Amino acid sequence: MTQQIQAIAKLDSEGTALHSVSLWNITRRRLLRRKSAIVGLVILAILIFIALTAQWIAPYDPIQPLIGREKVGKREAPCIHAFGCDVSKPQHILGTDGNVRDEFSRLLYGARLSLIIGLSTVTFAIFIGTVLGALSGYFGGWIDNTIMRVMDVLLAFPSLLLAIAIVTVLGPGLQNALLAIGIVSIPTYARVVRASVLSVREMDYVSATRALGGNTNEILFRRILPNALTPLIVQGTLGIATAILDAAALSFLGLGAQPPTPEWGSMLGAERNQVFTAPHLVFFPGIAIALTVLSFNLLGDGLRDALDPRLAHVS
Amino acid sequence: MTTYILRRILLSIPVLFGILFATFALGRLIPGDPCRAILGEKATNLVCDEFIHRHGLDKPILVQFGYYVNEIAHGDFGRSFRFSKPVDDLLMERLPITIELSIAALFVSIFVGVPLGVISAIRHNTWVDVLTMLWANTGVSMPVFWLGLMLAYIFALALKGTPLQLPPSGRLSPGLITVPFYEAWHLKVTSGTTLFTIVDFLSRMNILNGLLSSNFKLVKDAIVHLILPALALGTIPMAIIARMTRSSMLEVLGQDYIRTARAKGLRQRTVVMKHAFRNALLPLVTVIGLSLGGLLGGAVLTETVFNLSGVGRILYEAITARDYGIVQAFTVVIAIFFVILNLIVDISYAYLDPRIRLE
Repeated sequence: MTQQIQAIAKLDSEGTALHSVSLWNITRRRLLRRKSAIVGLVILAILIFIALTAQWIAPYDPIQPLIGREKVGKREAPCIHAFGCDVSKPQHILGTDGNVRDEFSRLLYGARLSLIIGLSTVTFAIFIGTVLGALSGYFGGWIDNTIMRVMDVLLAFPSLLLAIAIVTVLGPGLQNALLAIGIVSIPTYARVVRASVLSVREMDYVSATRALGGNTNEILFRRILPNALTPLIVQGTLGIATAILDAAALSFLGLGAQPPTPEWGSMLGAERNQVFTAPHLVFFPGIAIALTVLSFNLLGDGLRDALDPRLAHVS
Repeated sequence: MTTYILRRILLSIPVLFGILFATFALGRLIPGDPCRAILGEKATNLVCDEFIHRHGLDKPILVQFGYYVNEIAHGDFGRSFRFSKPVDDLLMERLPITIELSIAALFVSIFVGVPLGVISAIRHNTWVDVLTMLWANTGVSMPVFWLGLMLAYIFALALKGTPLQLPPSGRLSPGLITVPFYEAWHLKVTSGTTLFTIVDFLSRMNILNGLLSSNFKLVKDAIVHLILPALALGTIPMAIIARMTRSSMLEVLGQDYIRTARAKGLRQRTVVMKHAFRNALLPLVTVIGLSLGGLLGGAVLTETVFNLSGVGRILYEAITARDYGIVQAFTVVIAIFFVILNLIVDISYAYLDPRIRLE
């Protein structure tokens, strides 16, 4: 008898264990089954590690020129002692830049900036986009019409060009560049949220909440918006990739981060005329940008597949 | 079909007005005096008073907007203090270069991207597929300006002396004389007329001009100069197109009618090209339409890197010189251009898929 009870209890606990497999557990499992997503995650983990520890792992200061402190010229080619570079010369793994600074150290600090740029612009755009999209989808009517027409106009501009125009007006600088990129990416999120809201607005469980006396806040934030979460996460991850690329482009044009800030786009822009004489100063920042963008793209693609309910049976 | 086209055109009118309003508002947001922002810091009070009166800057804001729309409707974009000539002239001079570059880039992206996608779908999960997708993922992640600089380094310096050497900047080799095709044809067009504006505009596209005046040396030289910029600008859309073609082909290839086609013994080529590819084309049109915006934005970067004096390059120069008038004018023109392109894409979409026009 006791054995039976124990067996039932065991079954029960297994049963609940089965039921408590959350969406996030399934997603994590499916995500880790994709090689490309793992590659993305690994690159991202390395980048985050570099960003967090830049001040300890960077061999030199990213901003102070080395003139007078070391016998090293400007735009010197990479010198690695382990690979046979003369030991009497100071070691600069990726060489020095036009202002006699260690390129490697600047690159490490750049990771910090790039991640902040990507995250902050997308957070801003998601926040505004969610508010606008939710208002639009939930209330409909003229509110919907007004908001979505404004979004249409924003989408009618090629995004980089609109960002350029906005920064030109606001004045160059990293903050304004981030604001511009944030603004041009709002429509994507507003559309995503609006579509999710529209798809569940008339569902029975929403009506039920309303019948139970739930107020607008509760319906919107607890019943409707959670449905928009998964597409927002996918869009947001891919959006970080675009934001980093656009920010680098603005900095390259001199509209974003200003020297001596160690930002990859502006490092590349500052040395672009030296591509034939000091290619390392163009090559490495570009690789850094490409790897960062690639990691978010791979992760975003992986998340899209992992969160796709049509593939639910594969879990 | 006609109703559909008309409705689409009508629908894009509010968007056009929105664009005008947005650029107008941006122009008014410039800190400080709008006259000196547009005419330059050195503008005198007299010039400024005249400017303010002419553009109605002393009138209510809605009237100002009316003035602005009216000017643009008449094709009057003002003068550039940086280049000291009318912005219209600059547009006419520079736009052909950007159009030529964008078409070349689109050409590269379609004619490389589509075959890559098709092959990748047919050889699904083989090394060809894996490599192509790896390339496509890398392609969308590379900054255009970096790719351009790297291509310039590889083809102009590393491959110097080999037959693969390509020029890293400019549109034509120095010393090459170009004759506009209308002169080669001994056409009598007087400058200032609409016809002249059109033929002159066309003659500024080197490849087209070379073909029309059968100057094949010019065509070859122009193409050689265009390869690297087109590759740089075309890589991102190429990668997107390859990915889209692949997934679209994979979806179509899994359908029953493909199995039927195979079962009745059709050759692989017929099945793939006639039965599958045609139906996979549809989503591609949308993707190509969507990448046009990226192309126009990327042109700014590509032209800066390769020293091509197109619209993008001038925009860069205007930004550095704080010539707001040009930035505003060019943003409007490119946005209107983009709206028209999207309109064309939508209409061709309806043409390809009858379900859309009946909606």
